[in-house]
Parts: sequence; structure tokens; C-alpha cells
Amino acid sequence: MHQTEFNYQRKDLPAGFSKYGLIFLVAGIVLAVASFFIDQTRAAFNYLIIYMMIVSIALGSLFLIALEYVAGAEWSTPFRRIPEFFAGLLPVLFVLVIPLLFFSHDLFHWAHEEAIKEDKILQGKAPYLNISFFVIRTLVFIAIWVLFYFILQRNSRKQDTSKDQTLTTKNIRFSAAFIPIFAITITFTAVDWLMSLEPHWFSTIFGVYYFSGTVIAALAAVTLVVVVLKEKGYFNPWITDDHLYSFGALLFAFVNFWAYIAFSQFMLIWYADLPEETFWYLTRWEGSWVIFSLLLIVIHFIVPYAMLLSQPSKMDPKRLKFISVWLLFAHLFDLFWLVMPNMQPLKKGYIFSWIDLVFPILGIGIVLTVFNFISRKENLIPVGDPKLKKGINFHL
Amino acid sequence: MNKNLYGFAALFKTPDEIIEAAKKTAEAGYQKYDIHSPYPVHGIDRAMKLKASKLGFITLVFGLTGSAIALLLMYWTMSVDYPMIIGGKPFFALPAFVPITFELTVLLATLATVIGMITFFFRFPENDHPLHDTEYMKKVSCDHYGLVIEAKDKLFNETKVRELLNSLRPLSIEEIYYPEKETYPVLETKFVTFLILIALLTSGVTYFALNKLLYMQPFTWMMDQPKLNPQKQSTLFADGYGMRAPVKGTVARGFLPYPFTGQNAPTDVLLNPYLPTKENLQLGEQKYLTFCSPCHGNFGDGDSRLRGQFPNPPSLHSTRAREFSDGMIYHIITNGQNVMPSYASQITREERWAIVNYIRVLQRAKNAKSSDLQVVNKETGTNASN
Ligand code: HEC
Repeated sequence: MHQTEFNYQRKDLPAGFSKYGLIFLVAGIVLAVASFFIDQTRAAFNYLIIYMMIVSIALGSLFLIALEYVAGAEWSTPFRRIPEFFAGLLPVLFVLVIPLLFFSHDLFHWAHEEAIKEDKILQGKAPYLNISFFVIRTLVFIAIWVLFYFILQRNSRKQDTSKDQTLTTKNIRFSAAFIPIFAITITFTAVDWLMSLEPHWFSTIFGVYYFSGTVIAALAAVTLVVVVLKEKGYFNPWITDDHLYSFGALLFAFVNFWAYIAFSQFMLIWYADLPEETFWYLTRWEGSWVIFSLLLIVIHFIVPYAMLLSQPSKMDPKRLKFISVWLLFAHLFDLFWLVMPNMQPLKKGYIFSWIDLVFPILGIGIVLTVFNFISRKENLIPVGDPKLKKGINFHL
Repeated sequence: MNKNLYGFAALFKTPDEIIEAAKKTAEAGYQKYDIHSPYPVHGIDRAMKLKASKLGFITLVFGLTGSAIALLLMYWTMSVDYPMIIGGKPFFALPAFVPITFELTVLLATLATVIGMITFFFRFPENDHPLHDTEYMKKVSCDHYGLVIEAKDKLFNETKVRELLNSLRPLSIEEIYYPEKETYPVLETKFVTFLILIALLTSGVTYFALNKLLYMQPFTWMMDQPKLNPQKQSTLFADGYGMRAPVKGTVARGFLPYPFTGQNAPTDVLLNPYLPTKENLQLGEQKYLTFCSPCHGNFGDGDSRLRGQFPNPPSLHSTRAREFSDGMIYHIITNGQNVMPSYASQITREERWAIVNYIRVLQRAKNAKSSDLQVVNKETGTNASN
């Protein structure tokens, strides 16, 4: 159990990553483009969901990396490459965001000039909610994330060959700088892309709400890859139950955190009962949306809570694999619940359309392909990291 | 050997050695052994092949108990026993109950965990464990790591255990014996007296300090609100009163003004709208006993315990009272009569009429005709005469 020698042999990722990535990507693009021609608004809303899902995974991963550096965590060091690969989606956001900017008229009520003219509230918000400032904000935020991504991952990879310990110190500093910036940018991103879909509504906790889901999504994605690769023998023989347990425990913690924040947001609005706040929840109580709202509690909290509660379940690889897929879906469902009821034709209740099923395919395709592309020539383990040995010999 | 062997204790200097020792001992198949260290050593559970602790079940059971208690308590008090409308929310307002349910869940779960751990797992208050007061215990609570194999173990065999321990190359091996006689120093007279004295002293000093030395008014701010108090002066209004009279002609909800207040004989206008049904009479009886009997007596004879302390309330069986119309009695209850105050604010209109009906029953009972008796005899199957 206490290895002193550790020899790392680079192995390529399982072929499934590139094969399925490509299949999903091509199928996703074809279907998505088709759906844009059929129902542009609906496609735009769905694309927004997938875009935010990718932001969640990518940005959440960068946050996990920064967190590891700042907290000095050792257990996660051997797996740090995986969030690093996921964070590689960040530069891709520059491309992914373009369609959204083109379709902003379909998405955002506040982007309609005639609507602003008759609306005192929108006029008041116009200095912030206007297209040019919105685009600038979005691009600047992505640029900031990409900058930190490049710094952190370049230092981390340089270390593989140079074994230079000062690189870790540097990364700790950059991570410490990144975390408050992350807090601000993710809040404004949530406000811009999700909350402003209903420009009359406001909730001060909304940024934290999105953040809690973000971390769940990123963590679930990382856990999923770790477990899959472990089953394929990539982390053998040193990976232990204690490593897995840490993933499970962290997932469990954030499932609770999400529920705490979601309930805090709901209860205050429900209790104060002010019409300018409650209508947002009432829309999600309208018609068939009520089923979605109740399902959200079950999917995003009750089921994962029960499944992760006991100690053995937190380190059971099968359970972890299942629950990470489940939680990725839960976050997607959460975004769906946040976004779709804002679409005018769906205000009175959900109406099914096949377009809603198309975009997750595209999302999986993008994530898998980028992950595979970024990780091609890289070591799967940060072999030069001074914390690596302790991380491998980690025990609870 | 008159001493009872508890087990062998071996001391080690480094955490790596103790993990190694734990592993070897577990591999040798021993069950009843323990590791002692001044701080939690990572990986020791695994080395000792310990099963997962059962403590979590205590936590779970008590956590669920906490949720159940909180929900039932709130359901009973807020929705059943004393339903009150708060902020226009339903009586069973689940979202508002969640924080309290959460708190009680966490409270019971943590308390039960700590208490359960101390009693079931640490076996509190066992205070004469053989390892107490040994050189071994002193060392392992300072800077050594220890392994104890108990003699109770099925595989225990002095030479074999010694061999095993020696093979681990410990610093020392100690034989631990049960204490010869059980002593409870906690119950010694000296100690108990000491405890009582300390208790008296601390409570006395606390009392003196808090009540005499630095008496502080707890929380006055709630009282000192910038608001109008009834019965108090206020500079806000020109007339200097804090209490406002309602606007002229204001009528409270569900309240019908009584037009005959202070007048004399409206009784032919006031007609009893209620029939003396069983329910109505039961209501009348209940209200009569609550509001009227303290003065007029349980049966209206004017013989209550107030007799002699108050202008004596008259009997309700006088000819005068029997000849009152229903409306007159209603008027007396509503308006009052001389020293008898008005009961309009305490008793609703329906209840007042029910009392009237009930008084009629009392009066009839005191002056029953023989035809009444026949009816009673028929109904009860008895044969009462006069
Ligand atoms: C505080 C004691 C008190 C209570 C309680 C009280 N009364 Fe009286 N009641 C009196 C007194 C004293 C008188 C005599 C008043 C007077 O001098 O005319 C009286 C008079 C009466 C009379 C008129 C009797 C007569 O011969 O003039 C009636 C009828 C009557 N009460 C009914 C009731 C009813 C019904 C209730 C219950 C709602 C009630 N009272 C409660 C003290 C009381």
C-alpha cells in the first residue's frame, strides 16, 4: 500500500473517447443545424442550455484545479490532469458562443427595442442589459478564464519534464488570484445568460445557485472519467478506496450545497410573497412545469442524497459511475428548468419537441472530442508535481 | 497466579511501525486487540482490518427521529391544535417547516452520535480499565504508539503472542493485569463533599455576581419601540393620546350593532329566532355555566358563591323573571341591568339566545307541571312523582 517507487508509463486514452466523441459530434451538428431551420427559437434556447452546461464543466474544472492548489490538497493531485483537460473547453467557448450572440434576439426579451420602450423596469436596466455591453462582458469573461487556464495548465505541464517545484508555488498564487475573479465572473455569467432570460426577475443568490450546479457538473464529469479510466486499469495499482471516497464525499457535499442554496432562494421568495419575485416560480408551477419542478427536487437532491449517504456507497466505483452520470443529467435538467419556461410559447406548460433531445447529443460530442483532442499527447498524471507521491499514497 | 492477565502491551516509536504491527496482528487472526496513538494515524483502520463503524446507524436513526418529531410538533401545534394564519400561508406550510426540521434533525443526530460514541464505543463511565494508570498509557498518550493484544482473544497464547510481538521488534513489552479490586474513587466521601462544596460555591458566586453585582436588564429593546402604545401619552397627535378611537360609524367585521343599548323596553321587537333544539340547549348550558353561574348560581337560584360579596344577584325563578319575555332576558344580557354588566362583548348573539333558551328550561324545571312529569316518565321509563 505504501508505494515508494512510482513509474508512469504514458498510455493513450481508450479509443472510445475519440470514436464516440466523433459520432456524437457529427450527429449532433447535423441534427442541431436541422433544428435551427425548423424552429429557430426553440433551437436557440436548447443551444443555450448546452452552452451553459459546457461552461459549467469547463469553468467548474478550472475552479477545481485552483481549489486543489489553494487548499494544498494532495489526494486529487494524481487526477488533476482530468479537470485540466476538461478546462480545455474554455478556449472553445469563443467559438461556441458565436451562434448565441447571433440569436440573442430570440433569447432575450430585453434585446427587443420595442419592448423596452413600453417598460419602465427594462428602461431602468438598460444601462446594464444592452447588447453591446452584454457582448463585451461575455467575451471579456471568457478571455479571463482562458488566460488563467493557459497559465495554470502550462505551468502544470512544464513541470512534467522540468520537475521544477517553484511552478507549483506560482500556480498557487495564480489560483488564489483566480478564485475571487471566478466568483465575480461566474455570478455575472449566471445573471447575464440565465437570469436575464426573465429580465423582470431578480434573485441575489442566483450566482451562487448556478455555481453550486457548476461544481457538481465538473466534479461529476471528473469522477466519471476517473472511474472509467480506473476500470480500464489506467490508475492501477495505486488508486484506493480512499481516493474514490474523496470524490464521493465531495459530490455528496455539493449535492447538499445545491439543495441548501436552491431552498434558500425558494423559501425567501415564497415567504415574502412579493409578486415581482414569486412570478418566476409561478411560471415554473404552471401547467406541466410543476412536474418538472417537483422532479428537479427528486433528481437533483433526493436520489443522489440517498445514493451517496452511506460510507461504502461513496467509494463503490459502480455507484460512483452511475451517480456521476446521474448528476450530469441533473445539472442539465436544472438548466433546462431554468431556461425553457422563459420561452414564450412554453410559458403555460411544457410542450414536447424532439429538438430538446438533439442538443445533449451535440454537447456530449463537443465535450468528448475536445477532451480527447487536448489529452492526446499529454501525460495522464502530473508526473512532475511535488505532491504526487503523497497523493498516490493518500489515506484517510 | 492470583492476578488476572488483561493482555500484552507493546510500544513502538514510529507510525510506520505501528501500521506494520497492526497489519501483522490482523493477519495473525487476532480479533481482540487495539492500537493506541497520540493522534489519528492515517490508514490505521485499513491496516487493522476494522469493519466500518456502526455509529452511522445511530446517527441515521436519531436524525430521522429528529425530522419526525419536528414535523409532527409543527403539524400538531400549527395546523391542528392552534391554527393561526401567518403571512397568508397555509396552516401546514411545509417550506416554513423545513429549516426547523433540518435543525432538529441535525441536533438529534449530532447529540446521539456523540453520546452514542461515548457510551457504546468508549464505554463511558467505565473508570477502572486495566490500561488506566499504566506506564503504557502514559507513553501512548504522549509520543509513542502502542499495540495491546487482549488475553480474551480466542487465539491468545502467551508464548505465541510474545513471539509475535517480539518479531515486530517493539521498544518494550508490558504485561497488563486487571486491577485487584474495583475501586470507585469517584464515590469517595472526600471527593463527593468536595463536589458539593464546589457546586455551592460556584452557584453562590454566580448568583451574587449576576444578581447583586452587575444586574443587567435582559433585552429592553423590544419594549422601546418607536410605536404608539395604548394607554400611553404620545406627541404624535394633537390631543396627546396614544390610543385612537375608531372613526365614527366603524363597525367591526361580523358585528351587528345593537340598537337598544341604554334603552328600556324593546322586548316586543326582539324575538327569539332559535328553537330550543338539543344542540342549542347544550350551547346555552355551556355558556350559562361559564358566564352566568358565577353570580346567578348553577341553577339560577341566585345562590352562587358570590352571595354576600356583591349586590346579591336575584334568582331567575322569581315570578318577575319568569314573566320576562325572551327578548327582555336577551336585552339584559346584551345591555346589562343596573350593577349587572353587559355581556355583549363576550357572548355572541347566537350564544345569547341559546342562554335564554336554557334559562327557560331551568325555569320550567323548577315549576314543572304534572304533564311534564308524564313526558319524563315515558321517556326514561321511571315512575317519578313529585
Ligand atoms: C357579576 C355577576 C352577574 C353575572 C355574571 C350575571 N348577572 Fe344577571 N344579574 C346580576 C345582578 C346583581 C342582577 C340584579 C340587577 C339589578 O339590581 O337590577 C342581575 C339581574 C339579572 C336579570 C334580571 C333579574 C330581575 O329579576 O330583574 C337577569 C334576567 C339576569 N341577570 C340574567 C343574567 C344572565 C343570562 C347572565 C349570563 C349571561 C347573567 N345574568 C350574568 C349579576 C350578574
